[in-house]
Amino acid sequence: MNYYSNNPALKFQLSHPLMQKIVALKEQNFADKDKYDYAARDFEDAIDNYEKVLEIIGEICGDIIAPNAEDVDHEGPRVENNRVIYARGTQENHEALAQAGLYGMSLPRQYGGLNFPMIPYVMSGELVSRADAGFANIWGLQDCAETIAEFADEDVKEEFLPRVCDGQTCSMDLTEPDAGSDLQAVQLKATYNEADKTWYLNGVKRFITNGDAQIKLVLARSEEGTSDGRGLSYFVADNKHDNTVKVRRIENKLGIKGSPTCELVFTNTPAKLVGVRRMGLIKYVMSLMNGARLGVGAQSVGVSQSAYDEAVAYARERQQFGKPIIEFPAVSEMISLMKAKLDASRTLLYETTRFVDVYKAYEAIDATRKLTPEEKADYKEFQKLADAFTPQLKMFASEFANQNAYDAIQVHGGSGFMKDYACERIYRDARILTIYEGTSQLQTVAAIRHVMTGTYLKQIKHYETLPINPEFDSIRKRLVTMTNLLEHSVERVAEAKSQEYIDFHARRLVEMAGHIIMSYLLIIDASRDTEDLFRKSAFIYSKYAEVEVRKHATFIKTFDAENVDIYKVK
Amino acid sequence: MSFNIVVLAKQVPDTRNVGKDAMKADGTVNRAALPAIYNPEDLNALEQALRLKSQIEGATVHVLTMGPARAAEIIRESMYRGADGGYLLSGREFAGSDTLATSYALACAIRKIEKVDIILCGRQAIDGDTAQVGPQVAEKLGLPQITYAEEIIDLKNNVITVKRRLERGVEVVKGALPMVVTVNGSAAPCRPRHAKLTMKYKHAATPTEKQESGSDYTDLYDTHPYLNIDEWGVNDIEHDIQWLGLSGSPTKVKQIESVVFTAKESKRLTPANNEIEDLMKELIANHTIG
Repeated sequence: MNYYSNNPALKFQLSHPLMQKIVALKEQNFADKDKYDYAARDFEDAIDNYEKVLEIIGEICGDIIAPNAEDVDHEGPRVENNRVIYARGTQENHEALAQAGLYGMSLPRQYGGLNFPMIPYVMSGELVSRADAGFANIWGLQDCAETIAEFADEDVKEEFLPRVCDGQTCSMDLTEPDAGSDLQAVQLKATYNEADKTWYLNGVKRFITNGDAQIKLVLARSEEGTSDGRGLSYFVADNKHDNTVKVRRIENKLGIKGSPTCELVFTNTPAKLVGVRRMGLIKYVMSLMNGARLGVGAQSVGVSQSAYDEAVAYARERQQFGKPIIEFPAVSEMISLMKAKLDASRTLLYETTRFVDVYKAYEAIDATRKLTPEEKADYKEFQKLADAFTPQLKMFASEFANQNAYDAIQVHGGSGFMKDYACERIYRDARILTIYEGTSQLQTVAAIRHVMTGTYLKQIKHYETLPINPEFDSIRKRLVTMTNLLEHSVERVAEAKSQEYIDFHARRLVEMAGHIIMSYLLIIDASRDTEDLFRKSAFIYSKYAEVEVRKHATFIKTFDAENVDIYKVK
Repeated sequence: MSFNIVVLAKQVPDTRNVGKDAMKADGTVNRAALPAIYNPEDLNALEQALRLKSQIEGATVHVLTMGPARAAEIIRESMYRGADGGYLLSGREFAGSDTLATSYALACAIRKIEKVDIILCGRQAIDGDTAQVGPQVAEKLGLPQITYAEEIIDLKNNVITVKRRLERGVEVVKGALPMVVTVNGSAAPCRPRHAKLTMKYKHAATPTEKQESGSDYTDLYDTHPYLNIDEWGVNDIEHDIQWLGLSGSPTKVKQIESVVFTAKESKRLTPANNEIEDLMKELIANHTIG
């Protein structure tokens, strides 16, 4: 089975009008075509390249990664002599992707990468996650290379990036026992040795995904005597497995069991500085986190898809009262809503990715020449949209993945509660998605300012003007009403002139904006699509969204600001 | 020193996942209803070829396939996985070939290729399951052959050591090159297509394909000679016309029967690991599972 070819929604996203702009920015007049025999020659050739490569990934996902998922879940990785040994299937998955030359998809060709935009790279994350959400972490950690490519000096890039393309894995070492969501508290120490002009790392990291990777990006305190984020720098360590980085233990987790979560001890680990001192947390980690959140968005959509796949297959097959259970309205409505949430989170995923693609491409150009004022304005605009949409995506896609995993078990009935069906693994795997790389609650913190300053509203008004098929006119009319409700709710919350009051309603306001955005994206997609892929979901999701928006609007409208205290728990 | 490896490969209808329209009313395979794929055991052969290539400096792998114009896809698929190129043997004179005529045509084509050190092919194709073409090619070329190969263990001083997978076990044999090796489905699966090679070779085409596509990239084939796939017609090979195509095919289909199993086939195994393993291998090899 090919996970790319059997999902026309992905090809549809590759045909989005903005792809012209993205490819043009990324390929710069196709200057690479005479230097690299695999470089695209024109726009159509580039899109065809993305498709061909996604077909390879889709095949590996369907034929190798998905069939391995159950064994990997049962076997899991283990620690031997301070090293992580992957489950057999994990190793096989990784080798297949490496052998096919797929790592380093988004890196520039000069380092051995494929120079793909984020769109096909994010699609690969969705595909791999659909096959095995846990393995998607190991695949997705090539994001680290993206950070090296963006911020490190040339010699660091030349040392590490080609190795990523050869299939060496990465890890992102941020969290410590006392520094989770609050990374300013990081203590791991980096000391510069003048004699050999090398940094040395000492300390402990915890909850590090794929912690035994060859290439490690480490956040460490380089400035003695500091205690906040401004004393942290970013380092890259070449893990030679010579016991300067020891894996003390791996966590026993609820889900994504194939992905090793490590506690690490650094003892005089040599490392190189990435970029500039003191910018570790303030600039580089923030950038890395945005990439990682996009990655979790893709992972969540993959999980939603696999949950939906399992549910619909079982509901068609399972007979009760003389007919397949999918024919019962209670079941088919549940499955239709799963599909609507899947389609909604997917369209939000690729809309967000396009924004990221445009601003990142400008960033890359900016490193080689000065941007024109028009380009600079465009860059800022897309960066703002990417900043606004990324937390929306991370929150909604991960929450929907959990809801879909929950419903997938419900569709299976008692059988779904047993270990015999894939839905129980999907349910466990989904649970981390709303937690890591920033909880849903932290996504709300990042998104609420875009509600209050009108970033979402402006974009919603833009969607309102886009051409749609007449059959969606009535939905748009209702979306305009919902947008008014959002505006009124924002005004009402702002009136209180209290940050605490904004924080109290933040989740509600962010969700209202998100539901409206996803509904618009679905009717716009359904209008552009000729294969009738999204029409049903556009109707079903906007109906669902309307009720959610009205629910929140009512809550806010009828809430007395003085009653916030009732919710406080001491 | 050059070392030239030729892989014989066939584009076949995918008979592994057959629907109800897989057979025509007259009992022949409905090729239009089934997707065309790379014959699975030929992929096993390609993998062995690519492994040899990586061990022997200067070795090349070329794929020879006989079929209609669209069979060039098999050659491209091979290049995506690491082959250097290939030859498409095509023309209506070859149509209707049975195994005898096919092996004759392939043997004629191989004689045209300079210095072939080893010829690898799959044990059999899933559309006919005859396992005759490989051995017949060897006979026609006067070459020794090793059949049912599972692994090429060694190649030194022109002597090859091969592990064969037989019904009741394995056998390790040696032989002198040049020779023909037919590879069993139990051999290592073929490596995936490589991303960069796929992008590099995706425009590779035969003269017929170039003509038909009206490609935008006409100058590409002059500047990138590796994108030209050789296409040979009947006049490009030395042959005797009576041995080709229908006239060279003594096989006559006497009767076609749709067999419906009335009783379940049964097989008694002793509770030993190797028996289970052999059964698994057998089920995989005959495409019952996997």
